[in-house]
Amino acid sequence: MTTPITTAAASAGAMVDEAEHGHVDHLAGGRSGRRGRRRVEAIYYWFLVPTVVLFTLAITVPAVLGIFYSFTNFIGFGEWEFIGLTNYVAVFSDPAILSSYLFTFGFAIVTVVLVNVIAFLLAVGLTSRVRLKSGLRAVFVIPMVISGIVIAYVFNFLFSNSLPAFGSAVGIPWLSESLLANPDLAWLAIVVVATWQSVPATLLIYIAGLLSIPGEVYEAADIDGAEPLRRLWSVTLPLVAGYVVINVILGFKNYLNVYDVIVGLTNGGPGTATRSIAMTIFTGFTGGDYAYQMANATLFFIIAVLISILQLRLTRGKAAIA
Amino acid sequence: MTQAAARIPVADAQPTTRAMTTDVARRRKGRVGQERANWSTTILLVLASLTVLVPLYVTISMSLKSTSQAVDGNAFSLPAPIDFSGYAAAWELTNFPVAFTISILITAASVIGTILLAALASYAIARNWEHRFFRYSFFYLLAAMFLPFPVVALPQIQLTGLTGLANPVGVTILHIMFQLSFSILLFTAFLRSIPLELEESARIDGATTGQTFWRLIFPLLAPMSATVGIFAFLASWNDFMMPSLIIADSSQQTLPVVQQIFQTQFSNNYNVSFASYLMAMAPAIIAYLFTQRWVMEGVTQGAVKG
Repeated sequence: MTTPITTAAASAGAMVDEAEHGHVDHLAGGRSGRRGRRRVEAIYYWFLVPTVVLFTLAITVPAVLGIFYSFTNFIGFGEWEFIGLTNYVAVFSDPAILSSYLFTFGFAIVTVVLVNVIAFLLAVGLTSRVRLKSGLRAVFVIPMVISGIVIAYVFNFLFSNSLPAFGSAVGIPWLSESLLANPDLAWLAIVVVATWQSVPATLLIYIAGLLSIPGEVYEAADIDGAEPLRRLWSVTLPLVAGYVVINVILGFKNYLNVYDVIVGLTNGGPGTATRSIAMTIFTGFTGGDYAYQMANATLFFIIAVLISILQLRLTRGKAAIA
Repeated sequence: MTQAAARIPVADAQPTTRAMTTDVARRRKGRVGQERANWSTTILLVLASLTVLVPLYVTISMSLKSTSQAVDGNAFSLPAPIDFSGYAAAWELTNFPVAFTISILITAASVIGTILLAALASYAIARNWEHRFFRYSFFYLLAAMFLPFPVVALPQIQLTGLTGLANPVGVTILHIMFQLSFSILLFTAFLRSIPLELEESARIDGATTGQTFWRLIFPLLAPMSATVGIFAFLASWNDFMMPSLIIADSSQQTLPVVQQIFQTQFSNNYNVSFASYLMAMAPAIIAYLFTQRWVMEGVTQGAVKG
């Protein structure tokens, strides 16, 4: 038994598979059989080519240009010359860049775990027989439509004023001062806000996953006398495993680009304790490190591609949302 | 799962999603020991929803305080007396009408541009899949999904500066381009579910390819256009990174970006800054409350199908 949502998931992958195996699309094949080798009508080129050209100018040219400059000593303007792999060698021994990678990956791992645990539990709750179901679901999705920077400013206020007030009232020393000013704990604040913002989309995917499980499965589990927790762990979770993979990888990729929330909370501080990869790259524009940061960006790109390949392997193209 | 089976449900996915929900609910109702509403879970969920509602409450109540009340830093107290002067000040300081208009224009143009360009390109690709040019174009356009914006940000800042596009127009173009991959993936998948016979009969009646697309295919794509549009809207309206880096003239900045002024200047006028935050959040929240079902279904479909 299948549902629209899960079956639909296969179609994107199917297209990729077909191309890889060299099958001719049967939709178009029907027509070419009727008319022999069909010539492409000119209008189809008008539909596609302008977009391809614009895409090339807006994305491919900058990407190629950036990679090109990463092998030079360009500072954003003026003269430059090739310096080979010097930038790359320097990137690998730069403590500022190294710490931004450590911070960003640590942040992404913690956030992806937290978001998925929370979203999964909420999804289980929201698909069980609870009251106020549609109202609750509407509320939980609200953070998705709020700009990250704006909600980060709101939380900035809470972390700098309300939380320390609470901390000193109940006598917890590390909570009595602003988390955002603490180099060891500021990342926690960023995780909280990023999680707040990311739960809704993840939650919606889990709800779709849970609704795709046929009720008979639960009936069978009930007959076998499975406890609710046992049922969640041994029946529900394995059946939504594909959705977990999608959420974990998509989330991880997104969190590696973390920027808005940090700007709104700590702006990379205290010091450089919460400076993400994206923030480090952007310093290349103001700090005269253009070529150097492009080497950094190129390495980041390679990592992003590797993660995407892993994603395609694990999901067979089902989850391609960037 | 066969491919044929995979395709057919796509066309009517939206109505059936709704039907399915009630269907599952009905089936669950029949489950042993599940007849009664689960009150303990309901209470837990209501408590959890406070994590969403409390920051929103704080935003609203702070924005309605007087400057002297707001400065005490108590986030949770109710405004007494209610004072709207924060809104007036925020309106002036952020030049709200300008920032709002620019945000709306960028978002609207991004949504329309994404839907049109992606639909046209997808149609050309799906109907000419056997031709190498179209097939390779598909994979080429899809490749941008592997490319995070920070990777190309520096050259894009440089190039938009050189070509006179360091403004909202440049941001709109980039928003559309970064949204293309995902949208084309959704549209091509959907196009494969539309039976070719429909088009054949239109052509027998003498319709050209252009007419077939505009009168037959584009209307059929509507549910997927809604999904694509919702993703484009959220990405564009809420974006901070791209406008803040690309738009050179700060008087042309978008609504999320202008909120920055409260971090440097006026940082103690909390009622003003929160009024401004609320004015920045409210349009999308209100739009969402009216289109909830679409947004949730759109995001679910887009994410799961994509």
